[in-house]
Amino acid sequence: MKSLKAQDAPLSHADQQLKILSEPYGDEEFVLFSQKLEESGLYPLTSTGVEILQINVGKMCNQTCSHCHVDAGPDRKEIMTKETMQLCLDALSKSNIKTVDLTGGAPEMNPDFRWFVEEIKKLGKHIIVRCNLTIIVANKSYYDLPKFFKKHAIELVSSLPYFAAAKTDAQRGEGVFEKSIRALKMLNDVGYGMQDTDLKLNLVYNPSGAFLPGDQNALQNDFKKQLGENYDVSFNELFAITNLPISRFLEYLMRTDNYVEYMDKLISVYNPIAAENVMCRNTISVGWDGYLYDCDFNQMLELKVQGNNTKHIRDFNVQELDNREIVINQHCFGCTAGAGSSCGGVIS
Amino acid sequence: MEKTYYNPADLKKFGKIIEFEPELGKKFFDYYNSVFEEGSLTAREKSLIALAVSHTVQCPYCIHAYTDDALQRGISNEQMMEAVHVSAAIRSGASLVHSVQMMNRVKELSM
Repeated sequence: MKSLKAQDAPLSHADQQLKILSEPYGDEEFVLFSQKLEESGLYPLTSTGVEILQINVGKMCNQTCSHCHVDAGPDRKEIMTKETMQLCLDALSKSNIKTVDLTGGAPEMNPDFRWFVEEIKKLGKHIIVRCNLTIIVANKSYYDLPKFFKKHAIELVSSLPYFAAAKTDAQRGEGVFEKSIRALKMLNDVGYGMQDTDLKLNLVYNPSGAFLPGDQNALQNDFKKQLGENYDVSFNELFAITNLPISRFLEYLMRTDNYVEYMDKLISVYNPIAAENVMCRNTISVGWDGYLYDCDFNQMLELKVQGNNTKHIRDFNVQELDNREIVINQHCFGCTAGAGSSCGGVIS
Repeated sequence: MEKTYYNPADLKKFGKIIEFEPELGKKFFDYYNSVFEEGSLTAREKSLIALAVSHTVQCPYCIHAYTDDALQRGISNEQMMEAVHVSAAIRSGASLVHSVQMMNRVKELSM
């Protein structure tokens, strides 16, 4: 499967996605996210102070998942340079940010990934890597990743949409489930996800279709039971994350005529407590080219942070970012639906 | 206007039944929501029962709603279909057990 960009699909363009999200769709006129925030006393939505720097080190990936909000894949060549990584390090060194969240694409495919991790670690920051699992078994140059992760006490967050092959492969590609299980066993072997270690291995559950995630604890119990009994695999927590209606998932919703019903679902279960705790309030997202966004989703919609001075990591000004107003649009309903959703799972 | 009795868009209007009779409508929804809370049975078990019963009463709204609910709960396709087979088995069993009456009548009237 090619990325939307490689196909030159209309929805590979952020402005086309925003047009669909922002305008009435046929006879359907959706309530505005800003109006719901207003009703909750949260408009304009503002930062509560930057605690996490999420860095997207590139859109290249060994997988082409059907729901990917990054439109990542092997055909994407946008990769963060070592120079931009150095700018991130400079920004981190003069801030109190405690956590760095590395994402992609498959972040490990960036040729400077390991150097970057080592440099961030020297600054005493906690590192999260969003590892897609299959990269570990993609070829032998990656086989030692579990040991590398362990050496730097990296927290891993890895997608596994279901505890059986059919649904996982339908979302993430043929053979992905089997490879993911192999990678999980390699991670378990070095201590990740095991009870007697501090090496955190958290899984991400994304619905494999046009429905919302259910109760996170119940799903976690199912995953623990099924993966433990059937595959002898252990992990720490399961994060249930809602698919946001952007990029490939938006294309899927449109193609299958599920868009209106999905938006209705997101809006009907808007949760003001989730809105209060959305991750963009304590996070800044850095794009592969160094530009700054309120979150990874805004990054893919090319909605840069508001503010006069700090637009790029080279101009990083924590004070200005701590007091910024967050850029919102209709896709934000994805983070406030039900128990809410963030890169760390439910938020209420 | 839709030329069918069932319109998918009507499902999300279910709550509006309170417009014509608020008191009973509200009591119904309070009761309905309480029924589906975690209890001696888990909410997941109740969801599967609801899915099976939806097929028995052949309510398209209920089938739509409880299929979505089952997917959200991570219930597998196999589990959903097994629940529907329980519904089908009871339904067909209910027909077949009446055949005893038919057999009795045949025997009554036959030499």
